[in-house]
Amino acid sequence: MSPRDLMGAALRGLTANKLRSLLTVLGVSIGVGAVIVLVAVGNGSGKAVQARLEAMGTNLLTVSTTGGGGGFQRGQAGPASQQYSLTLDDAAALADTRLAPDVSSVAPVMTSSGSTATNGDTSYTVSQVIGTTPAYMPATNTPVGIGSSFTQEDVDTSQRVILLGQTTATELFTRPASAVGQTIKLGAVDFVVRGVLASKDSTGFNDPNATAIVPISTLRATQAGYGALSQIVVQAKDTDRVDTAQAEVTQLLTARHQVPANQTSPFRITNSAQILQTSQDTAATFTALLATVAAISLVVGGIGVTNIMLVTVTERTREIGIRKALGARRRTILGQFLIEATLLSLIGGAVGVGVALIVTRFQLAGVQPALVPSSIGLALGVSAAVGLFFGSMPAHRAAGLRPIDALRHE
Amino acid sequence: MPAVLVVVASVAADALIDIRDVTKTYGHGETAVHALQGVSLRVDAGEYVAVMGSSGSGKSTLMNILGCLDVPSRGEYWLDGSNVARLSEDQQALVRGRKIGFIFQSFNLIPRTTALANVELPLTYAHLRRAERRRRANRALELVGLADRTGHRPNQLSGGQQQRVAIARALATGPRILLADEPTGNLDAHSTDEVLGMFDGLHDDGRTIIVITHEHDVAARARRLVQVADGRIVSDEVTR
Repeated sequence: MSPRDLMGAALRGLTANKLRSLLTVLGVSIGVGAVIVLVAVGNGSGKAVQARLEAMGTNLLTVSTTGGGGGFQRGQAGPASQQYSLTLDDAAALADTRLAPDVSSVAPVMTSSGSTATNGDTSYTVSQVIGTTPAYMPATNTPVGIGSSFTQEDVDTSQRVILLGQTTATELFTRPASAVGQTIKLGAVDFVVRGVLASKDSTGFNDPNATAIVPISTLRATQAGYGALSQIVVQAKDTDRVDTAQAEVTQLLTARHQVPANQTSPFRITNSAQILQTSQDTAATFTALLATVAAISLVVGGIGVTNIMLVTVTERTREIGIRKALGARRRTILGQFLIEATLLSLIGGAVGVGVALIVTRFQLAGVQPALVPSSIGLALGVSAAVGLFFGSMPAHRAAGLRPIDALRHE
Repeated sequence: MPAVLVVVASVAADALIDIRDVTKTYGHGETAVHALQGVSLRVDAGEYVAVMGSSGSGKSTLMNILGCLDVPSRGEYWLDGSNVARLSEDQQALVRGRKIGFIFQSFNLIPRTTALANVELPLTYAHLRRAERRRRANRALELVGLADRTGHRPNQLSGGQQQRVAIARALATGPRILLADEPTGNLDAHSTDEVLGMFDGLHDDGRTIIVITHEHDVAARARRLVQVADGRIVSDEVTR
């Protein structure tokens, strides 16, 4: 029997009971669709997290101090914490390419919170005023949207200039574009608005746009005083060199602050690459979990194929007997029923892929699904395999029937 | 395979069917049913034989063995020079497809399939090409007078017409033997006459026909009458 004849016989078998075939196809297509959609959702949420982390800046090390030098220096907590506080000199040392060759830029950061900004009658409490140097903006992926950044010269001469976050600018000027060049008061001090920062996606609970950035020297002079730095932002030269840069930073700071060798480091260095890696691992686990759930529904669909093929074989036992009496060989019968089962699941697979392609265009549970092309091929391949695997038992049963028993079947 | 056929042909002489002391037992021990208890029968090419017997006489078992649908428990069955019991399952399927044309009491057409496709089916299993299949199937349907019903499905045909489609299907492969199991059992008097008339014509053309029946007027049309009772042949006579 030629493949074309086998295909024809299988198609006739399937169309003989359309509703039943349709429901079986539905079962498989739900399974295949679920695999593709859920993998896409997992992948999409992973990508969303990655995009948010990249918005924070890549190649980024954030150095802060944990304050105390451990419990063993009893009664000396004050001096100890002062010993380990970060200074502008630390920042300058880290920026030295001979001491830390893998560091590309360094920005010291001081923050002061709860300052009130005023523009005429309008006032707004800025959640965080950041004092830093111009290097901070590119390092933390905080570009200036309108106007321009302040310069190193502004820092050196403690100019009273300010960059407003989107929210701050909107609150004070309604239209952020009109803020540039205007003068506002921060506390009691006048500042000239140099620029407005581009809008940033939230990375946590705080609004990253409710900020203002001023030169660190100005912040020290007018708001925060001359205490320790809150943190030092260090950018590595390359994504591959983040880890070596971290080692250099640790070594340098440990030496500068004369941290005893037997003591845990008082400096906490947050590595953005590590966070990214961790969250990618989490996303991969999440995706695998979703794919497993979906795979279960695919197996259930496959069992549906077995079920329906068993019913079909029982129902058509007499037909099988007739075919055998007319000279059909074992493998011809086997082929016919295997093709029927495989067609059922392949059609189901194709429908599932089609539905998944449509569904993944929409946001699901707040996640924009990102299709994984290989999951489509995999789902189709698996559905064909499901047909072959789950169809083989009923098909073997049909092929193994003795013609005399099959013909007697009522 | 051809070599085997040559050797065998010299042994089996020229009988088309040669059954030697065949026994068929179903089940084991106390519940065993001895359907056939030592049956020997020779049928030459071109004969028209009726096998008669009451229900339970073993005539259906004999028919199944003759049609290679079942194998004997003991004894030998030589069909056209080859020992059927020695053949594999697939070779038996091949023998059924090439050498035997079945006609059943309940027609046994494939439902939801046109008359033409039904007649083509054994030709498909014999690996004929599509055009050749169509040509032969159409000619067979013409022969039974159903040239205008090729596109009809079994449920659109009368009982007589369905049996004629079945005869066309049995003839399509050009088999050595036509094996009919109660071919008129489900037919009215008029259709019975039609079918039996067709058998007469096929016999005149030189076909070998074996009809299993329990009706005397059907058996009377054959040239030789074999009577079966309790799993044994009780009489075997040339009637015409």
